[in-house]
Amino acid sequence: MWKWINSFAKPERAYWLCDVLQNWFAGVAITGLIIGIVWGLGYAPQDYQQGDSFRIIYIHVPSAILAMGAYVAMAIAALVGVVWQWRTAFMFMIAIAPVGAVMTFISLFTGSFWGKPMWGTWWIWDARLTSQLILLFLYLGVISLYTAFEDKQQAGKAAGVMAMVGVINIPIIHFSVEWWNTLHQGATITKIGKPSIAPEMLWPLLICILGFAAFIGWVTIIRMKNEIIMRDLHRPWVAQRFGGAETGVAEAVANVDGQP
Amino acid sequence: MNPRRKQRLVAVSSIGVLLVAAIGFMLYALQDSIDVFYTPTEIIDGKTKTGIKPIVGQRLRIGGLVVPGSVSRNEETLAVTFDLMDIGPTVTVQFNGSLPDLFREGQGIVATGTLKKGNLIVAHEVLAKHDEEYMPPELAEQLKGIRHVKPEQAGY
Repeated sequence: MWKWINSFAKPERAYWLCDVLQNWFAGVAITGLIIGIVWGLGYAPQDYQQGDSFRIIYIHVPSAILAMGAYVAMAIAALVGVVWQWRTAFMFMIAIAPVGAVMTFISLFTGSFWGKPMWGTWWIWDARLTSQLILLFLYLGVISLYTAFEDKQQAGKAAGVMAMVGVINIPIIHFSVEWWNTLHQGATITKIGKPSIAPEMLWPLLICILGFAAFIGWVTIIRMKNEIIMRDLHRPWVAQRFGGAETGVAEAVANVDGQP
Repeated sequence: MNPRRKQRLVAVSSIGVLLVAAIGFMLYALQDSIDVFYTPTEIIDGKTKTGIKPIVGQRLRIGGLVVPGSVSRNEETLAVTFDLMDIGPTVTVQFNGSLPDLFREGQGIVATGTLKKGNLIVAHEVLAKHDEEYMPPELAEQLKGIRHVKPEQAGY
């Protein structure tokens, strides 16, 4: 078992895994997003207080939950990279970071557009909104720290430490609405006990979350494959796989990359 | 696990523990100022944990439920006064401006303003707070006896 897991430290094995998983994630993402969003935006009933405005939940909640989920995944990858020194772990870390950053941005953006009609303000410095904004900055910090280093293994270590340090923000985001008086309401589904949302509204929301999760996985897998090829361009396995280092894909990619 | 990996794991986890402790202390020290608002009871009796009372003239936010029947509008201007309550005493809020869509009697709101003598607050911003429950109107009526009134029909 341990040996099997460790085999994914090798880029060629990781690439193979990405290939296997890619279409599954794509399938779940496309069906989940279509069903969830059409059901949620078109067919779920109106809310008794907020009317149609509450439908922003079908974008806002999945993006917010998965922004945090993607961060935890990134931090675990960073831990594996720093402690066990897997090159592929850092590749995964940098593959998922921009995806998570975009999710965080979507959650802040949709939240803002939900806050204006319902609360009466685009933005308020309450604990939930502020900690989510810090999450965006953490993602941007990890990305820029990684790009600041020439040596990518070194870059992975530095950005990895930052990613791990930032994981402390995740419980703060989650519990902010319980620990302090915030304008943001409490948790609807991510809590112990029955979700405080009617079932006919909950189902499309869960499907949306699944669709978003698969979508993040899908995009991350594609980015991961690119990252592996970029980093291992001059290794024999890439040449073997794509047919010849001299004339094949390797050279084409290198030209695109601006390094003849 | 080989010694070097173990060493790295120990280093990483000890940094983690230190960090959690540091941030925990920071949040603990900041807990009074992180709260977005005071509740009406806290304005009269002071914060539950520390007993700190806001002073007259202080800028603050207050959050509470609009007392049913307390909303009175000026016919000519946008001026409105209403009472807020939580579990104890009520506080009166004066406001001159447009209210958010969700504002209605019984609704949770958060107002920013200055504390005047007694329990009067002159607000310059009123925000609505809603809870985490979502349900269709029919279910809400059945379950809670709440009839959804469209804000434009509510009459205030």
